[in-house]
Amino acid sequence: MKPNLMYIDADFDLSAPLPPQAPALSQDLGLEAICAAMAGGDRLVFESAKRALLLGLSETGEIVYRQQVLSDCLAHPDIVHQLYRNAVEAVEEERRVWGLYSGSPLSVLSRALGAVEVLVAHLRELRRTADEEAGKFSSEGFSRFFKMVSSELDDGYLAEMEAYTEELKFRNGLLLSGRLGEANSLTGFVLRRPGPASPRRRAGPFGRGSSSFEISSRDDAGLRALDDLRARGTSTVANALAQSAEHVRHFFTVLAAELAFYVGCCNLAKELASKAAHWCVPEPVTEGKDVLRAEGLYDPGLALRLGGQVVGNDLSADGKRLVMVTGANQGGKSTFLRAVGLAQMMMQAGMFVPAARFSASVCPAVFTHFKREEDPTMKRGKLDEELARMSAIASEIKPGCMLLCNESFASTNEREGSEIARQVVKAMTAAHIKVFFVTHLFELAKGLWDERPSDAVFLRAERLADGRRTFRLVEGEPLPTSFGQDSYRAVFGPALGPVAR
Amino acid sequence: MSRDGRAGAAPSVLYPPGARPRLAEGQPACFKDLNLDQVVKAALAGREEYDLAQFFYSPLQDEASVRYRQEVARDLEKPGAEEVVRVFAKQMRQVRVHLRGMAEVESPQLKQGRFLEAAWGYCSAVRALLGGLQRLDLASEGLLGFVAYLRDYAGSQQFSRLTTEADALRRQLSAVEYSVLIAGNRVTVGRFRSEADLSRLVSTAFSKFTEGSTTNFLADWKSQGEPNHVHAQILERVARLYPELFGHLERFYGRRDDFMDAAVVAFDREVQFYRAYAALVARLAATGTRFCYPEVSSASKQVAFQGGTDIALALVLARYGETAVSNDIALHANERILVVTGPNQGGKTTFARMFGQLHYLAGLGVPVPAERARLFVPDQVFTHFEREETLGNLQGKLQDELLRVRDILAKASERSVIVMNESFSSTTLSDSLFIGANIIAKITELGALAVYVTFVDELASLSDATVSLVAEVPAGDPGLRTYKVVRKHADGRAYAAALAKKYGLTFSELSQRLKEGARK
Repeated sequence: MKPNLMYIDADFDLSAPLPPQAPALSQDLGLEAICAAMAGGDRLVFESAKRALLLGLSETGEIVYRQQVLSDCLAHPDIVHQLYRNAVEAVEEERRVWGLYSGSPLSVLSRALGAVEVLVAHLRELRRTADEEAGKFSSEGFSRFFKMVSSELDDGYLAEMEAYTEELKFRNGLLLSGRLGEANSLTGFVLRRPGPASPRRRAGPFGRGSSSFEISSRDDAGLRALDDLRARGTSTVANALAQSAEHVRHFFTVLAAELAFYVGCCNLAKELASKAAHWCVPEPVTEGKDVLRAEGLYDPGLALRLGGQVVGNDLSADGKRLVMVTGANQGGKSTFLRAVGLAQMMMQAGMFVPAARFSASVCPAVFTHFKREEDPTMKRGKLDEELARMSAIASEIKPGCMLLCNESFASTNEREGSEIARQVVKAMTAAHIKVFFVTHLFELAKGLWDERPSDAVFLRAERLADGRRTFRLVEGEPLPTSFGQDSYRAVFGPALGPVAR
Repeated sequence: MSRDGRAGAAPSVLYPPGARPRLAEGQPACFKDLNLDQVVKAALAGREEYDLAQFFYSPLQDEASVRYRQEVARDLEKPGAEEVVRVFAKQMRQVRVHLRGMAEVESPQLKQGRFLEAAWGYCSAVRALLGGLQRLDLASEGLLGFVAYLRDYAGSQQFSRLTTEADALRRQLSAVEYSVLIAGNRVTVGRFRSEADLSRLVSTAFSKFTEGSTTNFLADWKSQGEPNHVHAQILERVARLYPELFGHLERFYGRRDDFMDAAVVAFDREVQFYRAYAALVARLAATGTRFCYPEVSSASKQVAFQGGTDIALALVLARYGETAVSNDIALHANERILVVTGPNQGGKTTFARMFGQLHYLAGLGVPVPAERARLFVPDQVFTHFEREETLGNLQGKLQDELLRVRDILAKASERSVIVMNESFSSTTLSDSLFIGANIIAKITELGALAVYVTFVDELASLSDATVSLVAEVPAGDPGLRTYKVVRKHADGRAYAAALAKKYGLTFSELSQRLKEGARK
């Protein structure tokens, strides 16, 4: 039994390892804030959201599968919450069952019986929801899920499970058959179902020649030996029952984790709607087509923070490998970079994206190389640290991936920084990696502009003649100034005239 | 030993017919000095149950006995032989386990069951051993004699009856079925009436949840295993369900005394002598120590060997994957006494030990640690190594040493090997020379083979019976912990400079190292 609400044919695994670039992505793109908004205080939702975002899908079919499940969820958030609560409670109540899955088969069996009892009750609840609500859901994922629930967990089967758990309490004693092993040792114990007790032979299932003895309750060794015989007889059923209980518990664990993601999406949609921020279902395109088009693309983190409408950007970068972003300070360059990265990752998580329209080729992974604080351990200089990080990325990154650079290699002088950056950019794009590069390195930007390769776009943060920023990016030639003077003046007031370079 | 009309005494694989000597009770006096105690301890580890030490303490006295063993040992090296003997030993060990187990249980059915297992195991072991040995291409008198004996024994009426009955009983007992109902503290035992297998029913019912699961929740659980009094009570009631079968078993148990053949039991023990030593050889061969069967003689003292190695040192170095130094020697004409001089770094003592070991081991009839060897079979090996001074000893060290030498010379014969290491060093040089020259003269007169390790160069060239050997300081091979000993005139050269160079402690080297250390 698999819920298969996240993947067409696999479990959503909360313990799957995250990619090595995950910490950088979280920090640079503000992933935690998005996940927190999705979670609304629920840890499981937070974890599921984070996993789904960091372990994106790379098949368009898989993405559409999730998009459809999500669309069902957005239409019926209450039912989804109900299913989610049942799954979470199943897992929690099972955890509270007394005992351990270790030691003798007797203790394993007792623990498993307790677990099966709890879990069967929640399977019944799941069945009830499926019976009542299945008709309202139309996605492939939910249709398969509800169908599986009603066919696998029919009343007869659930009743049979309960009957077996009752029988395995051995209220009338435990019957074993046995054989003789090496040196007349007792061996080959098989647990038997006692035949129907006949009213004539009240002694039980035995015929002529049977005899019995009793172990004194003071005979500790004897009682232990008796328990050992019971344990040997029940080892197979103990294992089978424990495996079953674990399977059902695992089913509910996976179900809870999968539904948690959709619960989080519902929460985020509600949250964005309350900030009057729009969203859309993106159109994923097969990897390799180099499609990237967006209208009204914004950073959802900023929208959640500011609590109001934020400026969206349009981007038309089909067939482009390099997007160079230059221009005014505080002009929205970093925000744009985050918006691009998040939209890409949200699309590949099967989520809606923060844009009016969004279409992009899927990529195997997103990487970020953002300017960092000084290394507090003082182990190495800043450029050292930057190069080491880029080298680490280089050992992970693959063709088709997306690399978002924010003021990379600005920690040295312009000439060196530009040269290093130029070589990195050239090598990455030649290796079919989509590079977004925000920079103040004029030599770098100008040099690339002069070559004007056909697969590059040059964007500039817009600054009006009076110095106001629109937070929009427009296509245009890199300028030798980033209008830092504006910032200077904003802080210090009037300054000297333009300084010649 | 003759039963069922079988002729001839039971043969031994350790001694030719009629040549079984009295075995030494304790460790020979030379063992500690030659470090053979370590070697034998290593060889015996894990084989304590066979009580093999006395075979190692009792070397053979004549070349015919040595060859008898060498042939057996060579046969046991043939492909497949080790496996045959190993399996037999394992089976016989199991037989002993069952026999010992009989005493550990009260229940008659359990005692009888254990005896049946022992008897059945013994029969299987004998049949497998005979089959295995017959398939081998044997050439030794010892093993061929044993196979002939074993063939007669396995064909005897007594053995076939034991085999047939044990087989039948075991088969019938394994078909016994019974039921046990445990309700509270009450246990009821009765006939099995083909009730449904509840485990299978449960497994089938829950299969959709268990499919693909490999978790074993009972991985850390073990049944008590050993039969206890509850088992005994159940078994007693099972026996009541099958009175005829258990009656037969009880009669079989009545024949438990003397069901094993003494020669088979002896073989099981004696063959372990070869296996113990062969295992040691294999271990040392893995790190490069070479072994060979020496050519032996009870008459000629024209001893010669190539690649002779101190087996005890090899054993220590093998732990670090290293190989001990090896030495060559060949004695000609009247040469009897090897006088070894040289630096005080282990090469001399190692050589002396090795010489003693080779002759002792040759006398055991086993391979010796050398590439090739022609050795003398001594009547005894004597050692005279420096001892710690003891406070209770009023005679003084020198006198004590002299008394020990007198004792050795009184016991030794022209067929003895004597190893003397740094003797008489606790006196002046001229005293040492005087005493040494006299002792060497006595040994020469006796005609024994000897090694004499000394720092007195003059002793190396006393007569045509002495051979001068010098431990050489190598140019520099830190892997070697001991030095080569070569035939050379003892010239009293200073070794100090060479040693200093080896350790990088000459003036120029030490200065250079100190300069480099300062720059770090």
